[in-house]
Amino acid sequence: MSQNASSVVVENLTKRFGSFTAVDRISFAARRGEIFGFLGPNGAGKSTTIRILCGLLRPTSGQARVAGIDVAASPDAVRQQIGYMSQKFSLYNDLRVVENLRFFAGLYSVPARDLPDRLAWALRMAGLEGREQFPTRALAVGWKQRLALGCAVLHRPPIVFLDEPTSGVDPVSRRQFWDLIHHMVDEGITVFVTTHYMDEAEYCNRLVLIDRGRIVAMGTPTELKNRYMKGQLLLVECEPLGPGLEALRGTPGVVDAAVFGSSLHAVVADAQSALPKVRECLEAKRLRVGRLEQIPPSLEDVFVSLTTSRESKLEKTV
Amino acid sequence: MSGRRILAMTRKEVIQIRRDPLSLMVIIALPLIQLLIFGYAVNLDIKHIPLCVYDRDATQTSQDLLKRFQATDYFRVVHLADSYRDVVRQIDYGVCTVAVVVPPQFSERLRSNGQASVQALLDASDANTANIGMAYALSIVQAYSERVQIDWRERHGLAAVAAAVTFQPRTWFNEDLVSMAAIVPGVVAIVMAVVGAFLTSLTIAREWERGTMEQLISTPVGKLEIQIGKLAPYFVIGMMDTAVCAGVAVWWFGVPFRGSWTVLFGCSMLFLVVVMSLGYLISVTSTSQLGASQLAMLATFLPTFLLSGFLFPIEQMPVPVQWVTRVLPARYFVFILRNVFLKGTSVRSMAGQLAALAIIAVVLITLATRAFHKKLE
Repeated sequence: MSQNASSVVVENLTKRFGSFTAVDRISFAARRGEIFGFLGPNGAGKSTTIRILCGLLRPTSGQARVAGIDVAASPDAVRQQIGYMSQKFSLYNDLRVVENLRFFAGLYSVPARDLPDRLAWALRMAGLEGREQFPTRALAVGWKQRLALGCAVLHRPPIVFLDEPTSGVDPVSRRQFWDLIHHMVDEGITVFVTTHYMDEAEYCNRLVLIDRGRIVAMGTPTELKNRYMKGQLLLVECEPLGPGLEALRGTPGVVDAAVFGSSLHAVVADAQSALPKVRECLEAKRLRVGRLEQIPPSLEDVFVSLTTSRESKLEKTV
Repeated sequence: MSGRRILAMTRKEVIQIRRDPLSLMVIIALPLIQLLIFGYAVNLDIKHIPLCVYDRDATQTSQDLLKRFQATDYFRVVHLADSYRDVVRQIDYGVCTVAVVVPPQFSERLRSNGQASVQALLDASDANTANIGMAYALSIVQAYSERVQIDWRERHGLAAVAAAVTFQPRTWFNEDLVSMAAIVPGVVAIVMAVVGAFLTSLTIAREWERGTMEQLISTPVGKLEIQIGKLAPYFVIGMMDTAVCAGVAVWWFGVPFRGSWTVLFGCSMLFLVVVMSLGYLISVTSTSQLGASQLAMLATFLPTFLLSGFLFPIEQMPVPVQWVTRVLPARYFVFILRNVFLKGTSVRSMAGQLAALAIIAVVLITLATRAFHKKLE
């Protein structure tokens, strides 16, 4: 059972392309039946990791076990256990919707007697009922993504890898897509998903934050916010923004400050004592102050705080 | 190996072929166009050489000689010149390739001392035609000369003298020495090489180019299953093209067919496996369809056209080039085709060629299978 409890186990996984290290000695484990998120900016090593786990790339060193099988040693055995949806749309545009589904059902050896049920299920899930005969190239991006997911899970794999499934998809379709993911998890499927949308990361059961090939933090969204956020967070609305940011950074007690949309976020050691000082400083600079209050940190704050502290460390070593 | 996965691959490939206009063109139009072009245009028989005649003698005798030129298929009198300058102009302008000039007092000299000469002018800018034209002209004049001698002896009551040694050629297999009969079976090889290699060269390259390969190789489908599933429809198409080409050769061009159809199709299958493996090898080593198809054309069309013995006899090539032809599958297949069509020889007499094709097939399949990895790097 302990073997099964973890669907994906990665130990000291490294992938180098020439002199460039895309993935640098990462280790983590994803449990069965959870949404495991891989969060990080573009080029952080998310896709490389997922491709290694699907047996599409050979690891340079380290080990990856998917469903208890060593990926590097027996990639084809792993492939029957997983569904994979690549970052770029990679179904056949010149095939009809149902032809794509049938093709992948054939490759995954879906039994003939189950095929009608599975096709109906995939079409319903993707919201493509009645569009079976549509040419795939004519589908909108959101529908294409759902069809791709349908093709990847026709064989009911215990583990599904989704590489940036919602990039380039409109907000409504993104929402629907995440409903699908939750639905799959309810059926006991482990979903391994990469994203660079912070709001999507909140949907994950557990998260790994990855930056430049290294894991910078790991845990549930709540854990990450509590553990990795040094100090407390203030929301500062002021006009104009630029001088406001400068003033904040000069205020005693403010550890860090950054622009978030149309307002500022400031990290302080203690919110209650810092609030009056901040207001005083801003007003002294003759800035118009709007809302000023303590807010719970979002994952984005955590991520910015973690990556900036790593950046400054890197700068010091250089 | 799973039959279901192979079948899924094949079905998908058939759907894609049906919806791809370029593939359909190559499958249907290309073989017929090639057959017609090569069947009609590549004609090594030289007939109806344009001839200009300048008769300065203008007697019954000179006209007798010139009529002999008119009577053959080899020449076509296109111009009767009235001056030397006219003759030169006809050659300069390319109106005629050969000009025959009968000098003045031709008949008189012939009568008085039995000796006269006729001048032939040849435009040798096309050396082959000029050579053949000269040979034809020579034989016409010689035959005429013999006739004149015989007539002279008869008139003087002497017995005719027969030549001591005569040469009696007998041509086998292509009795009329029609070059088309030798060329058209060779066209079958060209069509198969081009269609087989060209179409298969696109198969893997297309998946890479369109980005569908990543999804495909993330499934449990095996290397060999992809290969067999993808190539099966092209094999059927290739054999259908072969049948059409062979049919057109026999019933349209009238090429004699003396061998067995079973042997023809058996050997064609082997050759098709060879060219398709070559196309597949090219495909797995390229990532763009354009690059793959160009390489496939370069690797099949030119060597098949120039070095297979299709047009130019291998024995006439420089020795190093002859060595190069030994690795060319088309060389063996052109030989087999001519044997099956024109000679109707048994399989045993082609064992060497068949063995060579089999060896090339094994080498190419091994290389292609090794070169393809279910990996992204």
